Amino acid sequence: MSSPAAGNDPRPDAAPVVHARGLHKRFGSLVAVERVDLDVAPAECLGFLGPNGAGKTTTVRMLYGHTPATAGEIQVFGLDLAEHLRAIKASIGVVSQEDNLDPDFTVLQNLLVHGRYFGLKRRHLLPRAEELLGFLQLEERRHARIRELSGGLKRRLVIARALINAPKLLLLDEPTTGLDPQARQAIWERIRALRRAGTTILLTTHYMEEAAQLCTRVLIMDHGRILDGGPPQDLVARHAAPHVVELTGHPREAVDFVAGCEWPHEEAGDRLLVYPSNGQAEGVLREICSRFPIERAILRHGSLEDVFLRLTGHALRD
Amino acid sequence: MPDALGLLRNISWRAWRVWHRDLLVYRATWWTNLLPPMLEPILYFFAFGAGVGMLVGRVLWEGREVSYLEFVAPGLVSVSVMFSAVFETSYGSFVRMYYQKTFDAILATPLSLEDVLVGEILWGATKSVLSAAVMAAVIAAFGLLVWPSSLWLLPLSAVGGLLFASLGLCFTAVCPTIDAFNLPTFLLIMPMFLFSGTFFPLEVLPGWAQVVGWGLPLTHLASLLRASTLGVAAPVLLPSLAYLAAVNAVLFVLALALMRRRLVR
Repeated sequence: MSSPAAGNDPRPDAAPVVHARGLHKRFGSLVAVERVDLDVAPAECLGFLGPNGAGKTTTVRMLYGHTPATAGEIQVFGLDLAEHLRAIKASIGVVSQEDNLDPDFTVLQNLLVHGRYFGLKRRHLLPRAEELLGFLQLEERRHARIRELSGGLKRRLVIARALINAPKLLLLDEPTTGLDPQARQAIWERIRALRRAGTTILLTTHYMEEAAQLCTRVLIMDHGRILDGGPPQDLVARHAAPHVVELTGHPREAVDFVAGCEWPHEEAGDRLLVYPSNGQAEGVLREICSRFPIERAILRHGSLEDVFLRLTGHALRD
Repeated sequence: MPDALGLLRNISWRAWRVWHRDLLVYRATWWTNLLPPMLEPILYFFAFGAGVGMLVGRVLWEGREVSYLEFVAPGLVSVSVMFSAVFETSYGSFVRMYYQKTFDAILATPLSLEDVLVGEILWGATKSVLSAAVMAAVIAAFGLLVWPSSLWLLPLSAVGGLLFASLGLCFTAVCPTIDAFNLPTFLLIMPMFLFSGTFFPLEVLPGWAQVVGWGLPLTHLASLLRASTLGVAAPVLLPSLAYLAAVNAVLFVLALALMRRRLVR
């Protein structure tokens, strides 16, 4: 098995939508993506989780030919990317990180003009655009100018636009970054609806919660490399613990004590995270609290944040 | 630098979809777009006809004596062809590329980068033709055009428009910021505007300046437009046309190559 990513393909029997081997990208002396192997199975929602600069966006951009790979091979829908770029792009939807709606047009015009780039005829395009306005709850803003839209509405329009060609693969690059919680929930709900409808989705995020909420499989990425991958709960079971003791405002001796007990733990900023084995969590919490004065101690479920911390040694939001 | 053939192979008829996008934006504000080319010749004619023209009297061009207004009118059209295209593919394309990220959005569709660039060049040339047509209508009202030879204004404006649209896109490819356009504008566009036989015959300049002048594409465009508005079939015309075609080809490939170097990383 050449990489953990390949090993964690949930449906190794199905022909992958994306198949990449040795994907490598260098910008001058900076290696942005380092020999990444990647398979995306049909109908899965695969998440790239990592901090800014991990190489998530570069990886996504290489998958639709926006950025040429320095080395490696990419197949999408079973076709060689370089050779069949136009045909592949015809069946992909892209939600890029930065807002690139056309400010010269209204909401509806943005959908129609984008659809025309795909060669869609107006008689098919208009009903499709109306359907998408409905799907993303934008009907009322049909004739609004882009600058009149809030961040959340703009994001929804970008997603509607990416769906205009009924893509077989949807690439979402940080779909909710910078949005308020309500707008984020609205978008998550739509992405889940797409997933249920069988759309293959690849998304990047630096929000643990987003990855846990949406993705059937998550790849942890840092410094251009994929560290591990799998369904969120498997990753938590493998690298963290079902329950985690999280402490803040603890004396130095508490860390030494935890280390002395050989309990798996990580320090992240001013937090101490302890990963006790199954069923031991409450005992560990009591043990520490009885010995040391602690400002705040909680027992919580293990999460992707813990996985990230254990794999990289630093918190995701560094 | 990518090879020229590879760039040309990336072009498809889909480029017209980008042209169509620009046309839709233009149509939405057609009135403010058409006003400048309508007013420009009227202002110029007042300045040159009532002002400069009174001082100059008649001008000798290709062995023929014409009034100053007859001389300067096609020169003004050539200037307008140049400015329309250059500004569209420099400032206009730069805004679409850099601020609006319109190119990025289009590149996620089946269009190639070269499709986008060719669409922009075609649109720049279209603006030149539109502007030349409007100006010609105004000039015709002054009785300064010879028909039917003046109909050549339109295809010639298209040739010139393509050339200057490619030139403007070269600027877009090398200018790091939008303010940097001042440099090519003042080093190249303004001298061309003034010293291309647009406002006075090149023959009045010293010999070396005439040589430089004949190297400028606008000189050839002005001369071709002047021949059509005056109804002259002069022998200098064919080499001028050939020169414009050659510069067109070079700038077109250069624009595609420089833009690919800028945008594909």
